Amino acid sequence: MKKSLLFVVSLIVVMAMVLTACAKEEVAPEVEETEETVVEEPEEEVVAESPGLQMESAVVAAQFFSMDDYNQSLEWMANEPVNPDDPIYLQYLLEDPTSIADYPQYEQKDGPYNICFSNAGVNNPWRVVGYTTMGEQVLQLQDEGVIDNFYHIDAQGSDEKQIADIEDIISNPGQCDLLIVSPNTSEALTPVVEQACEVLPVVMFDRYAFTDCPVVSERPIGGYAFGISGAEFIVDTLGEEGGNVLAIRILPGVDVLEQRWGAAKVIFEENPQLNIIGVEFSAYDSFEVNTIVTDYLARFGEIDAVWMDAGGTAVSILEAFEDAGVDYPKAMVGEDQNDYLGFWKENGLNAIAPTFPTYQWRTAVLASVMFLQGEIVQHNWVLPQIPVTDANLDDYYNPAMPPLHYAQCGCEDMVNYPDAWINVDVAKYDNLND
Amino acid sequence: MTTTTANGRGLKKFFRSVSIPPVYYFLIVIFLGGGLLDLFYAGGQIFGNTAIMLNILVRSVALGIVAVGQTMVIVGGSIDLSVVFVISLTSVMSSYIMQGETSNVPKAILLVFLMGAGVGLVNGLIITKLKVNSFITTLGTSLIISGIINSTFSNWAGSVPRSFEFFGYATIGPVPFSVIILFLMIFAGWFVLSRTKFGAHLYGVGGNEEVARLSGLRTDRVLIIAHIICSLTAVLTGLFIVSRLRAGAPWVGPDGYYDLESIATTVVGGTLLAGGKGGVWGTLAGVLIFSILDTTFNQLGVNPYLSIVFRGLIIVLAVASYTIRSKKEAA
Amino acid sequence: MTTSAVTEKNSFMKVLSNIWELVKKIPPVFPIFFVLFIIVSLLSPTYSTANGVMAFLRRTAPLGILAIGQMIVLATGGFDLSMGSIVTLVCLVSSLLLANDEANTYPTIGLMLLLGAGIGLFNGFVVTFLKVPSFIATLGTMLAVRGAALYWVGGAPKGYFTDNFRMWGRGYIENVPLVGRFPIGLIVLIVVGLISWFAFHRTNYGKQILAIGDNVRAAKLSGVKVRLVRMSAFMVSAVLAVIGGVMIGGYGGVNVSIGEGLEMDAIAAAVVGGVLLGGGKGAVVPVVFGAYTLEILFSMLNLLGLPKPYKDSIQGLIIIGAVAYVAISQRKKR
Repeated sequence: MKKSLLFVVSLIVVMAMVLTACAKEEVAPEVEETEETVVEEPEEEVVAESPGLQMESAVVAAQFFSMDDYNQSLEWMANEPVNPDDPIYLQYLLEDPTSIADYPQYEQKDGPYNICFSNAGVNNPWRVVGYTTMGEQVLQLQDEGVIDNFYHIDAQGSDEKQIADIEDIISNPGQCDLLIVSPNTSEALTPVVEQACEVLPVVMFDRYAFTDCPVVSERPIGGYAFGISGAEFIVDTLGEEGGNVLAIRILPGVDVLEQRWGAAKVIFEENPQLNIIGVEFSAYDSFEVNTIVTDYLARFGEIDAVWMDAGGTAVSILEAFEDAGVDYPKAMVGEDQNDYLGFWKENGLNAIAPTFPTYQWRTAVLASVMFLQGEIVQHNWVLPQIPVTDANLDDYYNPAMPPLHYAQCGCEDMVNYPDAWINVDVAKYDNLND
Repeated sequence: MTTTTANGRGLKKFFRSVSIPPVYYFLIVIFLGGGLLDLFYAGGQIFGNTAIMLNILVRSVALGIVAVGQTMVIVGGSIDLSVVFVISLTSVMSSYIMQGETSNVPKAILLVFLMGAGVGLVNGLIITKLKVNSFITTLGTSLIISGIINSTFSNWAGSVPRSFEFFGYATIGPVPFSVIILFLMIFAGWFVLSRTKFGAHLYGVGGNEEVARLSGLRTDRVLIIAHIICSLTAVLTGLFIVSRLRAGAPWVGPDGYYDLESIATTVVGGTLLAGGKGGVWGTLAGVLIFSILDTTFNQLGVNPYLSIVFRGLIIVLAVASYTIRSKKEAA
Repeated sequence: MTTSAVTEKNSFMKVLSNIWELVKKIPPVFPIFFVLFIIVSLLSPTYSTANGVMAFLRRTAPLGILAIGQMIVLATGGFDLSMGSIVTLVCLVSSLLLANDEANTYPTIGLMLLLGAGIGLFNGFVVTFLKVPSFIATLGTMLAVRGAALYWVGGAPKGYFTDNFRMWGRGYIENVPLVGRFPIGLIVLIVVGLISWFAFHRTNYGKQILAIGDNVRAAKLSGVKVRLVRMSAFMVSAVLAVIGGVMIGGYGGVNVSIGEGLEMDAIAAAVVGGVLLGGGKGAVVPVVFGAYTLEILFSMLNLLGLPKPYKDSIQGLIIIGAVAYVAISQRKKR
């Protein structure tokens, strides 16, 4: 009996050791690799001392980050829209025109059109607001007789399911004139999106697959800009003295989120006066996030700034400060979620809300219809992305809207505003085909 | 007249020898129900389209392969919750070792199968030698693996070479390669369970371990082998997923809920959770039921959350239909 | 003289061995918890202040309540996998029904308790009358309840919790002598704990539950209404999941992923508290301490600076270890 016990225990230990040993050994070069791409100027190679930057959760997957894209985002952040007179959800920061005439393989038809939408999920408030805006846009276009059927296929956050979903659409080519895709993750969806492009025009937005085959790829400036705005705000606020910074990420492996953190990491590494005490994943769980902050407060005594890659749980973080009986952080990064904006205004926080505006959901439908009708659209469509700061907080905070509403929905000019966003009912848009 | 009765008897005998698991009646009902809905609401677009019908099979591959292993373990009266992170482990390690190079493929495959066998062996040893409940054992090993891979890889790791994608995407004629693998696995599972000594022993252990032991069976060894087989099927599922996704990440297992789903499909397929009864053909039907539901609901635009509710109810109803006449109390 | 010395020595040994017998009866979870607690308070000054301790007790109270509910089902020999989904249901649907109006709080909580009792009744019915093993039955309800909750609110939380709803998980009673402030959640845990302790250890009900878990046929022969007791166990578990859900929602605020995986955490806490899977063994207080032990261990790992994912590995090792310990010590007894 004792022998077998010893045997089993040693087996477990050996297995654990082998696993960690070989995994660690092989991960090491990857870490170097990403750091190489992240830190561009060799003469200034800052060795980050912050404990948080050494964590596994601080590693940016190489395929999602490039210094060129980072610099390009910086450039776009300084750009004014090419067409400032159009509504914000149709503006673009650079010209990259295309139309169906450039794609002889796709047949131009008269409307009304059938559109399929393969959606990564409606599984967080940001996506609920975005999908509501999209659904309302579809309803309006159906009333105008431009869209006939709109098929929404929800992948519920699973790559496997989304691949199978799109394969079904490919197998049934007569069903839709165009496919809108919001990929769950980039790498996994790339092959199937490429297959879809061979059958019907594809419009991609929000997260991207690693392919240029969609006729329109559309989103605001994106993750880099989001990360830069928040990190620079922290650097500016804490100044020369620096301080303890806690970074909270939602989850790894999604391009737009990786880029937010990757960009912030570049800035944090350039500023050694900042001590990044930790980088943690919250999985959008407000209970978890509260626990994380409480634990870090217990460990480090003081947190001067919180950086987040998405603001869904920002208020829970601030409550953890409250509960611990300490002051709010000197610099807080959230998102344009209404509860956070309200909390900010009420408590006079020193805060910023970088945004990834939900109006891009609306743009996807409009761009699809424009493309099918033969109009000029932007092939790489970069929408404006304006952070919320103290200066424009009052423009965006609307106490009449529910706490989980996202301020930059670009939906104020729609028929059912604000009711459809106050009494959200996404089930309403599930069956826009008759 | 005599001939007809003889024929009748012969038919009866034939059906009895084939013994179709009752879950196939459910499968037929679901299939016909889906077809009717399709006919009324989508003009027969779905069920009349062979490509979509084949996609239903492709949808079943990942779950189907691991469910074969789960069926064996459950037949043996055990359970395996660790498959979910064995799948993650496989996907991460294989894509990490491959690094997009075809030359690394054999090395990677060998290593992940060894790892899978190791996990199965540890599961089996803890259950049989330490007498720890299989639920707790495999929940525990699952958590242990989860912690290790999540703290070493927080992200997509490496990638698989294009040549490896044939597993997920290639077709032989009109039939996807992965579907052929699924059926080979089902067939192998059936063969092992009903045509080998090991299979017979496994049913014995699952039916009544005490009796099996007293009749001279080395019950521990049988269960350990079953657990190793189960982990190996999880590895195969992991390889299929990584070839579909092009890269592995720690979350691919839990994202598909392969632990609970494989158990659910097994018992929906008629395998007794307590062990000793059941088989892989029933499990195949269980997997197909879920895939048909997914496809039909997708195509008809049914709210995805309602389809989750439906799944839950099907699990309860299907299993209830087998157990309701049982005299034994359930716990 | 020599003889008296020997007897003296013998009686001394006897006293020692008597004490040892008593010590052996103490569930190991108590000393483990206190040792861990001391280590943690040495590691971080926060945990040696009343405020820090109270914050810790507040955070873990909901898991303690869930663990009690899970323990009662485990003791009958079953599982309740639907707990986490019930927490999700409570959080998502309450956020909708509260409609940001404090007056709605108690009707909503009442409705949730009723819903919870209904789900428990359904679980119990499926297990006792349809004879579906509880693992499968509650797996089914787990999916159905989560799907229904998400469908009800349309995929993501709609509104916000009112302050008097959140109070139950987040609030403190201020100005309490000695400790400064006392978490309301902890009071809920103590009340729930006391009631369940009384019911489980001082009435026939607890004995019947353990008897069913130990040997259904024997229990039936000795006149236990097996079906009734089993169904009630599932109802208690579901209702406690609702109470835990209100506290969890109150503690952190509303979000979609709330509740996911909690059933496994509750099972782990119960197992660390000495509950035997398969039934027949269980006690209220050690189970609550099981929850606290797991949480204090996680705090310790964090204070030591270990990456968070290792939390899973440690939890895995601990539950295997705890069950192996029970299995081995029981074998020794035989």
